[in-house]
Amino acid sequence: MHLHHSPDAPAAVSADAHRPDGSRRALRIGLGGPVGSGKTATVAALCRELRDKLSLAVVTNDIYTREDAEFLLRNAVLPPERIQAVETGACPHTAIRDDISANLEAVEELEDTVGPLDLILVESGGDNLTATFSKGLVDAQIFVIDVAGGDDIPRKGGPGVTTADLLIVNKTDLAPYVGSDLERMARDAKEQRGDLPVLFTSLTGPQGVAPVADWVRGQLAAWTG
Amino acid sequence: MSAPAAGPQAPTGVRATARIAAAADGSLPLLAGDGPLALRRTRATRAGSRVTVVGAMTAPLGGDRLAIETEVRAGARLTVDSAAATVALPGRDPAAEAHYEVRLRVGEGAELRWLPEQLVCARGSRLRMRTRVELAPTARLVLREEQVLGRYGEQPGTLATRLTAHRAGRPLLDQELHFGPGAPGGWDGGAVLAGHRAVGQLLVVDRCFGTDPVEPRMLGETACLVPLAGPGVLVTAVAPDALLLRRTLDAALEALERRSAADVPAHAAVR
Amino acid sequence: MTRSALLVLADGRFPAGGHAHSGGAEAAVAAGRIRDAATLEAFCRGRLHTTGLTSAALAAAAAHGHDPAKLDEAADARTPSPALRAAARRLGRQLMRAARAAWPGPELDALAQAFPKGAHQPVVLGTAARSAGLAPLDAGYAVAYETVGGPATAVVRLLGLDPFQATAVLARLAPEMDAVAERAAAAARGPVDELPAASAPLLDITAEAHAGWPVRLFAS
Repeated sequence: MHLHHSPDAPAAVSADAHRPDGSRRALRIGLGGPVGSGKTATVAALCRELRDKLSLAVVTNDIYTREDAEFLLRNAVLPPERIQAVETGACPHTAIRDDISANLEAVEELEDTVGPLDLILVESGGDNLTATFSKGLVDAQIFVIDVAGGDDIPRKGGPGVTTADLLIVNKTDLAPYVGSDLERMARDAKEQRGDLPVLFTSLTGPQGVAPVADWVRGQLAAWTG
Repeated sequence: MSAPAAGPQAPTGVRATARIAAAADGSLPLLAGDGPLALRRTRATRAGSRVTVVGAMTAPLGGDRLAIETEVRAGARLTVDSAAATVALPGRDPAAEAHYEVRLRVGEGAELRWLPEQLVCARGSRLRMRTRVELAPTARLVLREEQVLGRYGEQPGTLATRLTAHRAGRPLLDQELHFGPGAPGGWDGGAVLAGHRAVGQLLVVDRCFGTDPVEPRMLGETACLVPLAGPGVLVTAVAPDALLLRRTLDAALEALERRSAADVPAHAAVR
Repeated sequence: MTRSALLVLADGRFPAGGHAHSGGAEAAVAAGRIRDAATLEAFCRGRLHTTGLTSAALAAAAAHGHDPAKLDEAADARTPSPALRAAARRLGRQLMRAARAAWPGPELDALAQAFPKGAHQPVVLGTAARSAGLAPLDAGYAVAYETVGGPATAVVRLLGLDPFQATAVLARLAPEMDAVAERAAAAARGPVDELPAASAPLLDITAEAHAGWPVRLFAS
């Protein structure tokens, strides 16, 4: 047993930036948002974009266990040992906010088994507009909504839309078909979020996930810098 | 019979302890029945010796204190079975509990196959059964226990059993079961028996399981085979009746023996 | 010592991972063994007097000060199902994290270091209770309550069972929880080998089946 580091450090402060051996742990970014807004597709696209340069892993929090994890496995975005599914007992928001112990187990297990890691993406189960990540679990969080969910979501606000470190408005390619006003969404988001960033994405468009990947790289530079 | 019942007013029932010892040369240095526990040396169908417990049919009654002590000495192989099911019945004093103690010791490189017939707890009976197994590190054990709650179509008596197995002095398995009208509530609910009337355990201990563990698997809807934390395998089963229970345990035992048979050369080499 | 620490430890909001476990209720609901408040009550009562008593006694013994390594070995022998052993160790590790934040102390640190993959949850719970200045009886109460509270909460989510009825089930079980906690505390004063080992065949069997389900809501 190594006793040269404070023995209560790793468990007493779950957001501690260091691992028990003293090395800096991976940056953890949470992705939340309503059902069907494209969280899993965004995670998959981010993995494809970042996996060549960074050591990555993913934790999923499904409503039904393993569905999102299996989507990622089927699409072979990462080797299976880099994807962990956490069971949430029918309460996905509890697992990312109120009782984060299972998710902390999962991120630490990933660092132990496939580490060292640069980045761990923690994807929440599809939930409602109030679901946010605990600061004890993630260092930054992305909230993903989409234009098809209604262009009044940014105006309605809620903790996810208002406080997330990054707001993604996804599926912009669908806006003409569902009658969503992108400019209005941008205006409302600005009003709710002040200077916090908002990205409009279409994963099927020419830019794809690139702007989100750039934002993630920026977070990582700040984390390791 | 060390303390026979003295008469109709006797507060205590029968006290009897039967003793068996098996040696590596195939002899039985000790074979001493007592009271209702009569022992016969019977023809072995496999290597080693075999003892059959006979005449246990009417025992134990409430108030009885019965015990069987078996020692399988280093290198010996012994099978113990019984001629018929054991039926626990109420004694003269309906509140009196019967006690049945089974103590099994298996030495280095020795093997015990403990395969009695079912224990049936008849209506009104009260039985407390305790089985203690002490295994040497290289001992091998096959132990089956089956509890049947009541004779056919009958309400069950009250049964409390505890099976404790130690290997090399450390606990390997410890399980208590408590059923019937005198048991704490919920024993027939969805967590424990859910209406099933036969319960069984098959415990196989062999140090080969330490290096080559068995994968857990389901044996139908209400039985499973699992690796213990130590080098042992346990089959736990519940069934509507004794016949279906035995069928499940027999199939599991056969599969485990086939697996072990493949290990025999390595196993024999350690002797 | 403060008795209110027991309320903190036994609170369903204590962040130790319990919310993702149904205590066998998800499998029992699927098998039709839990359908309503009455069958939930029979399930909870059976669980309380079997694994509930066994776990409560292990926790009380840890709170009493018995060697946690010996208790962990005793817990292994009392948990034949590998799925339940894995769940108990995982929950033990999760509880350890919360307990060390709530009641830091050298005994919790030592246990965490001796079992980096997690000790059995009741052993951690008893050590946490000790660290919080609680008595063995308190540890017994915490385990007895969580033994029935977990399945009741899960069944509210799984069946849409009326939460008032589910809470009434817990209230009706209160005298039996008292009895189990007291038996556990009494047993904790004796040797570890003689601690209760009450088991529930169907919980052991269905835990293995449940662990193999491809799709489930609860971890156990």
